[in-house]
Amino acid sequence: MAVTRRQFMKVSAAGLAASSVGALGFIGAGEGLAAGVRPFRLEKATETRNTCPYCAVGCGVLVYSATDGAKDAKAKVIHIEGDSDNPINRGTLCPRGAASLGFANSPNRLQYPMHRKPGSDKFERVSWDFAMERIAKLAKEDRDKNFVAKNRDGVTVNRWVSTGFLAGSACSNEAGYLTYKAIRSTGILALENQARI
Amino acid sequence: MTNSWNDIKNADVVLIMGGNAAEAHPCGFKWVTEAKANNGAKLIVVDPRFTRSAAVSDLYAPIRPGTDIAFLSGLMRYLLGNGKIHQQYVNAYTNASYIVKEGFKFEDGLFTGYDEARKNYVDRSAWEYEFDEQGMAKVDETLQNPRCAINLLKAHVERYTPEMVERICGTPKDKFLKVCELIATTANGERSMTSLYALGWTQHTTGAQNIRSMAMIQLLLGNMGIPGGGVNALRGHSNVQGITDFGLLTTSTPGYLVLPTEREATYADYMKSRAFKPIRPGQTSFWQNYGKFFVSQQKSLFGNAATKENDWAYDYLPKFDTAYDVMKMVDMMAGGQMNGLFCQGLNVMMAAPNKAKVHAGLAKLKWLVIMDPLETETGRFWENHGEFNNVDPKAIQTEVFQLPTTAYAEDEGTFTNSSRVIQWHWKSVEGPGESRSDIQIVAELHTRLRALYSKDGGAFPDAILNTTWDYAKPAHPEPVELLKEINGYALEDLPDPADPTKVMLKAGQLLPGFAVMRDDGKTSGGCWIYTGVYTDAGNMSMRRDSSDPSGLGVHPNWGYAWPANRRILYNRASADPAGKAWSERKKYITWNGSRWVGADVPDYAPTVAPDKSVGPFIMNPEGTARLFARTAMPDGPFPEHYEPMDAYIANPLHPKVTTNPVARVFAADAKSFGTPDKFPIVATSYRLAEHFHYWTKNVHDNSVLQPEMFVEMGERLAKAKGIKNGDWVEVSSQRGMIKAKASVSKRFRPIMVDGKPCDVIGLPIHYGFVGMTRKSYPLNTLTPAVGDASTNTPEYKAFLVEVKKTTPPASQPATV
Amino acid sequence: MSVLQALDLRRRSASSVPPPAAGKPAAVAVAKLIDVSKCIGCKACQTACLEWNQLDQPIGYTDGTYNNPTDLTPASWTVMRFTEYEHDDDLEWLIRKDGCMHCDDPGCLKACPAPGAIVQYTNGIVDFISDNCIGCGYCVKGCPFNIPRISQTTSKAYKCTLCSDRVVVGQAPACAKACPTQAIYFGTKEEMIAHAGKRIVDLKSRGYQNAGLYNPDGVGGTHVMYVLQHRDKPSLYAGLPDNPHISPLVGIWKGVMKPLSLAAIAFAGAFGFLHYVTKGPNTVTEHDEEKAAELSGTDRAGSDRA
Repeated sequence: MAVTRRQFMKVSAAGLAASSVGALGFIGAGEGLAAGVRPFRLEKATETRNTCPYCAVGCGVLVYSATDGAKDAKAKVIHIEGDSDNPINRGTLCPRGAASLGFANSPNRLQYPMHRKPGSDKFERVSWDFAMERIAKLAKEDRDKNFVAKNRDGVTVNRWVSTGFLAGSACSNEAGYLTYKAIRSTGILALENQARI
Repeated sequence: MTNSWNDIKNADVVLIMGGNAAEAHPCGFKWVTEAKANNGAKLIVVDPRFTRSAAVSDLYAPIRPGTDIAFLSGLMRYLLGNGKIHQQYVNAYTNASYIVKEGFKFEDGLFTGYDEARKNYVDRSAWEYEFDEQGMAKVDETLQNPRCAINLLKAHVERYTPEMVERICGTPKDKFLKVCELIATTANGERSMTSLYALGWTQHTTGAQNIRSMAMIQLLLGNMGIPGGGVNALRGHSNVQGITDFGLLTTSTPGYLVLPTEREATYADYMKSRAFKPIRPGQTSFWQNYGKFFVSQQKSLFGNAATKENDWAYDYLPKFDTAYDVMKMVDMMAGGQMNGLFCQGLNVMMAAPNKAKVHAGLAKLKWLVIMDPLETETGRFWENHGEFNNVDPKAIQTEVFQLPTTAYAEDEGTFTNSSRVIQWHWKSVEGPGESRSDIQIVAELHTRLRALYSKDGGAFPDAILNTTWDYAKPAHPEPVELLKEINGYALEDLPDPADPTKVMLKAGQLLPGFAVMRDDGKTSGGCWIYTGVYTDAGNMSMRRDSSDPSGLGVHPNWGYAWPANRRILYNRASADPAGKAWSERKKYITWNGSRWVGADVPDYAPTVAPDKSVGPFIMNPEGTARLFARTAMPDGPFPEHYEPMDAYIANPLHPKVTTNPVARVFAADAKSFGTPDKFPIVATSYRLAEHFHYWTKNVHDNSVLQPEMFVEMGERLAKAKGIKNGDWVEVSSQRGMIKAKASVSKRFRPIMVDGKPCDVIGLPIHYGFVGMTRKSYPLNTLTPAVGDASTNTPEYKAFLVEVKKTTPPASQPATV
Repeated sequence: MSVLQALDLRRRSASSVPPPAAGKPAAVAVAKLIDVSKCIGCKACQTACLEWNQLDQPIGYTDGTYNNPTDLTPASWTVMRFTEYEHDDDLEWLIRKDGCMHCDDPGCLKACPAPGAIVQYTNGIVDFISDNCIGCGYCVKGCPFNIPRISQTTSKAYKCTLCSDRVVVGQAPACAKACPTQAIYFGTKEEMIAHAGKRIVDLKSRGYQNAGLYNPDGVGGTHVMYVLQHRDKPSLYAGLPDNPHISPLVGIWKGVMKPLSLAAIAFAGAFGFLHYVTKGPNTVTEHDEEKAAELSGTDRAGSDRA
């Protein structure tokens, strides 16, 4: 949901403590934009509403993205700040949220599927196809070998306990539900998330 | 959270104990500052160290790590002994008057039914009420019977005198009594207290009982269900609430239903122990609807393959013999009993206790798949990082895949926050490089497995082949498709219950709420508590109307709160038994003569009159809340103080039973606990405001704010060990050793335990050998692999260490 | 420069300011109010500042305290200063957000010899205009609060701008917007003083009998003000000056310089003269060297890009 510039100005003004825009010593937003000492950084950015990725307060954030102007350039996140509309955080952010641009653009973001062979001292870049085909094969091998259809008492238990899945607690509900479906249908019991640890 | 972030502003007293909201949840803590600034609220902080929450508190009391139950039991004793309870609330809405079985006893640190050999309460039959011939629990409304739950509670907490609290917790008696007095001011319907806690309570071998103690206190004070009240777990990850709601826990299924155990061979066996019948006259016992939720879920998961004839595909679900939580998984890995592991954004190498054991486990896996947006220690466990991870890659045969995932700004969908509010987020940009969303990766894994099983067959392919996967793009389901599936549909035309000649919902329509779910296969719904989030009226999680008509911070049209868009749980209890508000100040839900009305969605049947005497705690078959927990907790119906497994002293209450008698200890860990002769200092671990978990060490600005691991200690200990600010210090436990820089402060004072000073040190969790912060030994090198008896949450908050001055790590400079 | 002149300037370093154009509405003084009693020291303001202003503060080391970076630098315009204040049996953790106070009577601007390097807008914000800065360091000497820092890389002075680029479009400064507990408020100075009044009443009701507003007269009042629990002892808060004032030396040089046209003096000559009046004979002591290093903060680590 991109927000227009006009809405944005309205929203951000609400973040000011009871002051009207004109009272701040500059003449007004429109004129101010033209007259600012430093150009306002977000003038040409696209604004998208999101939720902070860190803790479970669920602060609303505004993600500003832009391209560097080059043809066919990929848009990048250039700034993140609180969403003043959100009643939970009212536009505020903590030191993590206020710096979350650095997470989106961290040099330590993973970029490509990587593979480390047994005994190797390095990761090697591989294709998604290679990685997913191999993972599916390894998983099936282990499952077919160690699946327990019935326990000692002859009760149907249909479980697979030699492989585990630790689920992400910053994945969306939709991803979580799909993960539940995909993983439970294999019979995995060792399915956990960050909740206990 | 039973209440919401915004509701904290309605509190008159805020208790932060077992957490540190100002540092871990600054924007949630905003509502504490609102309560203080605009509601005249007083903030109490009880913590081993003087935290940033304490910095803005009205009353701070120190406590030795791991002794919260002693403190809280002492508080209960104070409230009960001084008549500082909300008597009418307690009588009407709790099981205070229920008569407990004669056989129930507590002696020498143990409740009835303990089996020494199996380290468990094998026979819990005495942890129960007396029942009459109709199967109804017996009560004595006069509370004269000494077997009434409240009288047994009084007797149980009688030992926790202020002197005993001081002896165990080290909280000075005068400070303790000040805390009691302030909290007691809310024992009426006029004023309320909110309890804010987090891992400071859960990460103990008595974790769940810590929280239970607070729940009991809030019931005694009448603070459940009312504005500014509640027991509020401040959860840690952006969607840890949602992921838990969706059953990504070893023995759960979505919506807090439970996977079958192997003792429940058939669906009929399974349902026998689920749909609890009411045990007091006229009660609702909401779980009688269990079958509707379960069958609808099976229809979502397995579609047409779930039929009445095959017990709704009951056998497609795995049946468990034991819980496979993270510590169990690590134990199995280290014992060579696991071959494969997927880590979807969970850095287990840092997050699970006893790093040496976790590492040994990872090294024994055949294969490991990392799905993460960031570099992690788990992904690099096989790599040599000098003394911080001194391993030989050649010796590690694990095949590792590291798959790049998108993060929040790069995909769309919903997160559920700690107050159960489901909020949609919109995609901003594409992820870096070749990153893919978790949905895409999981979908591809499933479709590939499905193709393999379809082609080649293999072990029990039925569940995999029959899992519903009718997405427009099977390898890339859209979040909207999934949210609709979660919400659920009418699978056939559903008749109107009031007039069966009419159709209430047509086949294919989205369900408006979980009340229309059925156990005959005519409805679907992946997670019943989320039903209502996506209806024919649209995607409720996208709602962005921030208005608040009541002014109580309800914001009913912002996103969607489960269940049923309810913002305060148990809110029927905000009114007295006759349906009138306890006070004008705390008016929330009341009976207007024909309906329950108010600021929120009533937690109750909307037209059931108060004279029907249906209790407000509808999830319990009693209709009331429990001061006596029956068999719900593995370590006893009442909380009891046990020392942490690394015990600093013998338990002053019962030295023969010092630690939690039912905490699970794996054979491999039997010798992994420390004793105070070798490790005479108490350590606790925590988060810093400047960092988030193990993520923001990959973020430049957060690394600027706290660049390096440190160990906090008081001036007394520093002096005794010859340590100055900034010196390198070695901290060792029975599990291992780390080095960190000393931070000496007045905020750590020795705590007087049993009359003698106990030094406490503090260790932040955030540092490792991957990231932009200075390389560090992972903190979990020190922590014990033992957890809460109820939940197996590791005991990270209280363990024993020794401290000494040392030389810097080889890769770090000697001075700043 | 033409853009700058379009703004409402009240003062401009080493130059005179033409009167505002007729018909323009009078600007209202703005202020940031920092309520120390509500501050949890989380440093959200610090990251918000780094992020908004695109400051590249190098990652340092810990010195065993929560102060990080340990001091203001050319790329850290605000830092938290933590003080443990023990009295009787009680402990208070006083956390003060340090940064430019935006004095109404700005010593930095008065000391600055470079035309237009420091400006004060009619709303009270004191801004450094890097293009005009000559890196002489006089602003550092002129500041009663020890705020500006000179970058060794760019040889220019840097400090908080009160996010003049945000305020100009009607947004609160990045730090105030982010602050989770609203310990940082932003609005007109009048409103901020009124708000502080309410906070002080609340603090007094909680036993802080000496709670008060820090808006020191010695610098004509400030456009960044503090609510202090102990207004009687500002220096408790990591050395906040009890009675800040502009160094008399700044007054002297101003008096001497006033009749002269700065443009008419050769730059080198002016610099030598100014150096003499503010620092005495032109010899650099070891102490001066140390002080200079200290002023540039962790800048010595290298790559600040302010």
